[in-house]
Amino acid sequence: MSLDTVAIAQITPDNLQPFAELGLKPDEYARIKEILGRRPTSSELAMYSVMWSEHCSYKSSKVHLKQFGDKAPKSDALLVGIGENAGVVDVGQGYAVTFKIESHNHPSFVEPYQGAATGVGGIVRDILTMGARPIAIMDPLRFGPADAADTRRVLPGIVAGVGGYGNCLGLPNIGGEVVFDETYIGNPLVNALCVGVMKHSDIKLAKAAGAGNLVVLYGAKTGGDGIGGVSVLASETFGAGGSTKRPSVQVGDPFVEKVLIECSLEIFAEDLVVGIQDLGGAGLSCATSELASGGSGGMRVQLDKVPLRDPSLSPEEILMSESQERMCAIVEPQKIDRFLEICKKWDVTVTVIGEVTDGDHFEITWNGEVIVNVPPRTVAHEGPVYNRPLAQPEYIDRVNSAEVIVPLPKTPLEIKEAVLKLAAAPNLADKSWVTSQYDKYVQGNTIQSQPDDSGMIRLDETTNLGVAISTDANANWSYLNPYQGAKLALAEAARNIATAGARPLAVTNCLNFGSPEDPGVMWQFAESVRGLADGCLEMGLPVTGGNVSFYNQTGAVAILPTPVIGVLGVIQDVRKRTPMSYKEAGLELFLLGETKADLAGSEWAFLHGVRVGQSPDADLAKEMRLIEFLLEGNGFFAAAHDLSQGGLSAVLTEMVLRNGVGASVVLNNPAIDLLSETPGRVVVAIKPEDVSLLEKLSQKYSIEISQLGTTGGDSLIINETSISLSELREVHTSTFPRLFG
Amino acid sequence: MAKIVVDVMLKPEILDPQGNAVANALPRLGFNFAKSVRQGKRFEIEMDGEPTTAQLEEVEKAAETLLSNPVIENFVVRVEK
Amino acid sequence: MRVGVITFPGTLDDRDAARAVNVAGAQSVALWHNDADLKNVDAVILPGGFSYGDYLRCGAISRFAPVMNLVIDAANKGMPVLGICNGFQVLCESHLLPGALTRNSDLHFLCRDQEIEIINNETAWTSAYKSGEKIVIPLKNGEGSFQCDDETLAQLEGEGRVVARYVGQNPNGSRNLIAGITNERGNVVGLMPHPEHAIDELTGPTAQGLGFFTSILNAMVK
Repeated sequence: MSLDTVAIAQITPDNLQPFAELGLKPDEYARIKEILGRRPTSSELAMYSVMWSEHCSYKSSKVHLKQFGDKAPKSDALLVGIGENAGVVDVGQGYAVTFKIESHNHPSFVEPYQGAATGVGGIVRDILTMGARPIAIMDPLRFGPADAADTRRVLPGIVAGVGGYGNCLGLPNIGGEVVFDETYIGNPLVNALCVGVMKHSDIKLAKAAGAGNLVVLYGAKTGGDGIGGVSVLASETFGAGGSTKRPSVQVGDPFVEKVLIECSLEIFAEDLVVGIQDLGGAGLSCATSELASGGSGGMRVQLDKVPLRDPSLSPEEILMSESQERMCAIVEPQKIDRFLEICKKWDVTVTVIGEVTDGDHFEITWNGEVIVNVPPRTVAHEGPVYNRPLAQPEYIDRVNSAEVIVPLPKTPLEIKEAVLKLAAAPNLADKSWVTSQYDKYVQGNTIQSQPDDSGMIRLDETTNLGVAISTDANANWSYLNPYQGAKLALAEAARNIATAGARPLAVTNCLNFGSPEDPGVMWQFAESVRGLADGCLEMGLPVTGGNVSFYNQTGAVAILPTPVIGVLGVIQDVRKRTPMSYKEAGLELFLLGETKADLAGSEWAFLHGVRVGQSPDADLAKEMRLIEFLLEGNGFFAAAHDLSQGGLSAVLTEMVLRNGVGASVVLNNPAIDLLSETPGRVVVAIKPEDVSLLEKLSQKYSIEISQLGTTGGDSLIINETSISLSELREVHTSTFPRLFG
Repeated sequence: MAKIVVDVMLKPEILDPQGNAVANALPRLGFNFAKSVRQGKRFEIEMDGEPTTAQLEEVEKAAETLLSNPVIENFVVRVEK
Repeated sequence: MRVGVITFPGTLDDRDAARAVNVAGAQSVALWHNDADLKNVDAVILPGGFSYGDYLRCGAISRFAPVMNLVIDAANKGMPVLGICNGFQVLCESHLLPGALTRNSDLHFLCRDQEIEIINNETAWTSAYKSGEKIVIPLKNGEGSFQCDDETLAQLEGEGRVVARYVGQNPNGSRNLIAGITNERGNVVGLMPHPEHAIDELTGPTAQGLGFFTSILNAMVK
């Protein structure tokens, strides 16, 4: 067994190294040699390979993501912007809120339960790292066809994993999405959002300032999790059979994470850390190099001090290990005793592994020998950047020029069948089978959760200040027109916040795409980012951070471009929110916004296997007027519900079933009125005496309104069609139990 | 009548939070013998008569597809007299 | 009137239980699993959560926490103790209550608004309700199916020690639809659903859970 040290690297410049197996290109390897002025040690090679990977370095997406900064609208609300673990937004009254979405797609396909569970664990630690108490999670999920055998394997495991981890952490799950499409078979999307709250003064950053300060590792012990790729190095270094088998699956321990959260919050409350970083992808390599890079100087780490679960791990593997539930803190020497005391109270393993130094060397030793000596920024922030070729895929012109041909219901019976077909469609059916596996009540501050338009959490019990969050994506539209698709998802998420009476404030995103090496996929990505950046600029909403997930494809087939957009809004008094449905009979139902024949990319078209035509154009100026309309109408709306997938048909179904109060509506052009998915529309319920107020707002904000009908009864009546609520409920609620048991 | 026992254990390299929790609780109660604890599952399958080789192969197959998750677990099949 | 709320590592609903105690008009006192005294509290709540991750068996490790020895002594001397969800599981593991909570019959974690009927309103924790009163409060657990042997079941039913029953379809396979039970003395109550999450209509389905916390106030004032 030999240890590859800096000293050895200097005298053996020609040793062959397995850079290609580690995913580094020859020019990238050459650049590492140039930076170091010698060949890297095997530990250095491991660090660069993982830090310069697509996942950690964003090397394919960086040139595009720059637009979020370049086109950022002026916003006083943004306290911490892109680049930190998560953006932080000022929501008033001294409170700051941080939120972010991350993907854990591929691990969830391999081992659905653990993949989803550790996805939740990772995003929660990101939020904790900012100094915030995590207060809620959401989970936008996408699967292959609902009746596919692999979906029956993957979906129950993923749902149980999201629930198993989140429930055990005591985080209410307040929303998300469950969407099915054949392109997600073999590529399920597990995106997890977490939101946290803190006081302005409590914001923590990933920086290691102050020479002499201590580098402290705390949380779970380090095992061989998630280091499959690096084991090639171990075998190179140690010879075949030198190390034990390494697991390809990371297993989460939510109990350890819950204790880690409480322990960390106690540490933060006593102001015991200078900087902090969680250990996620690329583990200790990433956390330490980012801390060093974000700080003033260098860092020295004694790697042999890291407490191990598996004593056979090599230094390279310890650096790469992705064992969950670990944090790295920078602590001033005079505060370390108190830090250790709090960890002891919570039974959390804690070890001082190094110190911050002057100069710009990031040095790691193993039993006294130097195995890493690099400039920290070259690992963490100065990775390669690619301007990958992109080209509009050939399908775009073909599908955009094709006509949407779907059957349209005409007779009362056909209308009934259409409404029931949509109510039962897996993408629109009742999701209680999923959401009843999630705790929505814990922490006692949940105001809204699924199936409401947005999740809403109370921040302050005295003032009733709250935040609302919605995540949305419409991959059908993004497929037809990725630029418009991203804008439309942004508009929808913002609208979903505003229907409840919350003002949209900031944006996060999780961009799920196929392979960036395919110019067509790269074009979809570039167009989506351009659309989102333009949309955010126009709507005055800053992007606070995000996540890119590439390589979601099987063979040559990529997933639909799926930019999931999360919007966070603030509501001054959660008691005054507008609910998504009404409880009384005799209210007037109105449609805000104009309905056009927008069937391209609609759920109705999807149900008929049609994915052609042109997506609607986002009219964001009008969306912003609609938002103001909703916020001003909040005072007198009895209910407000956003129209999106499934159009008016889905909205009426959801509204009448929510509280079991029917409705009777009259539609001039029932097929289009029910099935079209023209964006920028909302159904509101108001008292008859408030109609004049609604008309005034309609004029003030130049938003069309049209009367639909009235509430009451135990049926949904559309012109001559009558559907009893019990029949509608049966159809709407039986889909998931029938498919998933 | 024969009893076939299938023991399913997490693979040695996979983290076992449950076993860890038990290992940590033991010393709190004054039991100091354990270096580590791993927790697993045991299935007892009864069948009529002595199992044939073909039947045992079927049990192996069932253990691999249903009783265990081969991504993270190992199993052992044995016949108990 | 001081009501202790115990936090074990992994407890989740401690702050909610404390909030419910305070809203009811009593004073909540935080107790830590390692505490060596009960800080002069008049009653104790073991809140919900996943203490020690619910590993091994729910409540099996918490039952040996130092503070539990004090709680068991105090309960045997008559101090009112309420165990909610995971707290109920701890009380069973501690043998303050009979039976055990096992995995839900459909094997899923279940979170929903659940109607329950108050059967016994003579315990320290249910006096604010009428016998037969039906209330809706959240049910949220993965292991909430109450099980015991026939003899124990007959005893619980015969002695009127079933505190609350689920209404309608059995949500988790509990024997005789049992949602909560009490000990012979009526001071120790275990309840699977969560009254602390139903103290106002803003954050809960109803405010009908508050009665458990006002009951204890009344019991003490008497």
